[in-house]
Amino acid sequence: MNDKIVIIKNLKKSFDNEKTFALKSINAEFSAGKIVGLIGPDGAGKTTLIRIMAGLLKPTEGSVAILGNDTILQSKNIYELIGYMPQKFGLYEDLTVMQNLNLYAELQGLTKEAKKDRFPTLLHFTALKPFTSRLARDLSGGMKQKLGLACALLRKPKFLLLDEPSVGVDPISRRELWSMILELAKDKVSILWSTSYLDEAEKCQEVLILNKGEMLYYGEPKRLTEKLKERVFQIQNIETDRRRVLTSALNQEEVLDGVIQGSAVRIVAKKDQQIRLENFNAGKMATLRAVDARFEDSFMDLLGGAPKGESPLAKLISNVPKDEQAIIEVKALTKCFGNFTAANNITFSVKKGEIFGLLGPNGAGKSTTFKMLCGLLTPTKGEAFISGLSIKKVTSQARARIGYMAQKFSLYNNMTVIQNLHFFAGIYPVDEKNKENIIQNMIKTFDLTSFINTTTSELPLGFKQRLALSCAIMHNPEVLFLDEPTSGVDPITRREFWSHINAMVSKNVAIIITTHFMDEAEYCDRIGLINHGNLITIGSPDDLKQMAQSSDLPSPTLEDAFIILSSKQDEAQHV
Amino acid sequence: MFEKYTVKIRKIKALTIKEFFQIIRDSSSILIAVIFPIMLIFIYAYGVSLDFKHLKVGLVVQDDNPDAQSFVLSLRDSEFFNVDIRRDKKELIDKLTCGDIHGIITLPFYFTRFKTAWANNIPLSNPECVNLAPLYVVADGSDPNTAHFVLNYVQGAWANYLLQQAISNKDRGFFHVNVQQRFWFNEEINSRYFLLPGSIAIIMTLIGTLLTSLVISREWERGTFEALMATPVTMREIYISKFIAYFIMGMGSMVLCVILSVFVFGVPFKGSILALFIISALFLLTALGTGLLISSAARNQFLSSQIAIIVGFLPAFMLSGFIFEISSMPETIQWISELIPARYMVTSMQTLFLAGNVWKLLIINAAFLSTMILVLFLIIFMKTKKRLD
Repeated sequence: MNDKIVIIKNLKKSFDNEKTFALKSINAEFSAGKIVGLIGPDGAGKTTLIRIMAGLLKPTEGSVAILGNDTILQSKNIYELIGYMPQKFGLYEDLTVMQNLNLYAELQGLTKEAKKDRFPTLLHFTALKPFTSRLARDLSGGMKQKLGLACALLRKPKFLLLDEPSVGVDPISRRELWSMILELAKDKVSILWSTSYLDEAEKCQEVLILNKGEMLYYGEPKRLTEKLKERVFQIQNIETDRRRVLTSALNQEEVLDGVIQGSAVRIVAKKDQQIRLENFNAGKMATLRAVDARFEDSFMDLLGGAPKGESPLAKLISNVPKDEQAIIEVKALTKCFGNFTAANNITFSVKKGEIFGLLGPNGAGKSTTFKMLCGLLTPTKGEAFISGLSIKKVTSQARARIGYMAQKFSLYNNMTVIQNLHFFAGIYPVDEKNKENIIQNMIKTFDLTSFINTTTSELPLGFKQRLALSCAIMHNPEVLFLDEPTSGVDPITRREFWSHINAMVSKNVAIIITTHFMDEAEYCDRIGLINHGNLITIGSPDDLKQMAQSSDLPSPTLEDAFIILSSKQDEAQHV
Repeated sequence: MFEKYTVKIRKIKALTIKEFFQIIRDSSSILIAVIFPIMLIFIYAYGVSLDFKHLKVGLVVQDDNPDAQSFVLSLRDSEFFNVDIRRDKKELIDKLTCGDIHGIITLPFYFTRFKTAWANNIPLSNPECVNLAPLYVVADGSDPNTAHFVLNYVQGAWANYLLQQAISNKDRGFFHVNVQQRFWFNEEINSRYFLLPGSIAIIMTLIGTLLTSLVISREWERGTFEALMATPVTMREIYISKFIAYFIMGMGSMVLCVILSVFVFGVPFKGSILALFIISALFLLTALGTGLLISSAARNQFLSSQIAIIVGFLPAFMLSGFIFEISSMPETIQWISELIPARYMVTSMQTLFLAGNVWKLLIINAAFLSTMILVLFLIIFMKTKKRLD
């Protein structure tokens, strides 16, 4: 019993007088000194579970004990055993790095000698030594996170709780954080790491998978992926359109899940089912290669597979006449804020029916570029044309041709679904006569009928996303801008979303997307990698992977490529 | 035992220091704590005045006799009036309708005759004179307050004029009535004298209630409260450190206001400084308590600023007797005003500044404030559960 750090017994938590259950009978025992991943999409109950463990919420039923201390009855002991980093890191923005550390040290009751001992260690560990007198609000996202971690580690906690530490942080900072966590694990600190990034689960020794408040699985991640042995394949050398191949693959009875990976399509077969390549219309040269199962494959397996059927959107939206001319032309676009150049000389073009991804670390300038193209920021220098219209001169006309779906959807949360639809139909140039017709079509297409009068804030996340997308495309835009459209969304909803996007692309709508999700980047036809305001390179996902190839890393992932290519530029700048 | 307390004190000290760093580095705190009070003091000192000088009135003179002219002169030279002298009433009526002047004074053609007859105690035999008066005053009733001023000032000027006439005529028998007016506690009836002491209560409400509730809900919004809660700190320690920081801020701005009122605007201070500090400290604690309660209920800045203004600032402004006299309010409102801490503060401040140490009143006010503090703090310290739900 003694090596159990956390014992969760029949834990239930409800809000609003048992109306909604955030957690439904969770049972688990964490062994000491392990990294446990708490995995699940947004709204799965991760934060609720962490707060209960930290003694900040009272369970409705059941109990949680940390090293034998009940989180409610012996809450005083709990605070001395745990280190907790909440979602927004819990830093005081108006205090410097050192002042933040000092405050938390005093609150944790560290003696002067202990401070002298811990501060240099932690500052070294987090590489924050050069920044001790900088205000927390002036730190980058990655640095804030490290400082938050340092504050949580001041008293060498037995159990470290991290609530979504990797949200909104670029892959480079994520990797650094992981290496720090691994170091801590060596020191016998037990760690709970919550995340909606499924690829992080593979690095954990144990995972607890939550979905809609229910525990789907608790145990080693390997045991899950083992189940999928010899069921995961990549269709390579596709001669036809890979998006069509994916659609037809998903329509096959034997296919459980499928995603696009660069020029290839990755599919997962159902148990004891044979994959027949000839069913997928991939061309004669196409080959089927077995690949290792990933955690996301098993997660999809647990959830019952990808949604079937073609997106009804394909029937609804009108075809944009295809030609080889670029619909978006960006020429030497530059934006300066004072002395700071946020985007420098950005040049690229996007063709009709193409998915173009803008990738880059936090603060690299992708959002700035994105906002200039949508007409939300005026460029300092340079030009950009959307179907021949300059974004500088006729922005309202140019805007009529674009659809924009912002991060977190930017819907009116206290209006109902139908009110949101009416509102967006009003502000976009939707034909007045057809308005009612278009709205009805959107409701049918996205299956929103049963939610028409639901307040948007109460909508399930997947439906919120459908609503946001329908609001953005009601006026038949030729270009669709997506700003991190699926971060924090469960993989099923993400696949459904991409089936809609693929349907639009088949009608020659151009898509521009920014994302931190490498899985999402794989869907792009071409990717522009931005770092320090400069467009470093443009290429297909496979091109980027090839560029990053080396003898140490013969088959880099897209994330590897991202990190290697970004840091190459960093080095070049320092020389 | 002793060690336990030093640990407690260290935590409180660290939190208080943090609070001060935040105040210094956050421009919105400085705005509320320093710029706002100074602005308010200047507005109350210069902008808001409840007594009128240079009241704009029209004067119709239909009598050319020297007697009438000397009254016209006395009106024209008075600092209370700004007279527009015309012969024709019509022009002035237009001006009154437009709101350019607040009233019309008419000296009829029989002014001198009337006055002489009256002064010499000759009965007015002419029956047409029975319903006549030597002066006609029309005031703009759409602004009743100003209308009253016009009437009162004209009456005062008239009485004054008669007195002067009597003295210059050495007509001792003329003194019918002689009212010797004296205003106690504010001899010059300068409204600045009672507005500025009262405004200290308003400013302390701003800091104690608005700023405090804003600062705490900001901690909820930014997630720092959640991080604090996961440390061994108790809620009481958090509350106490907030109290200390904003208590010092509030007292500081009180001192600033008093210095400005006394030395810049010349408001007399007749009471004891000790009493000033005790009463304002008590009042500040009620304001802080309200602010803390608000922020524990509303966890976002927008909502808590709204509540702070409705629950704290507006009642302090309107129901405290700061501007509107409590005794002329409807009875139910008067009862409600008993629950507004600012009411006790405003009367105490006005007493201390203008009347001096009226101990009986001060002690009663202090007792009311202390009871409120007791109730507020009882509620606050019962909320010691360190939980998010």
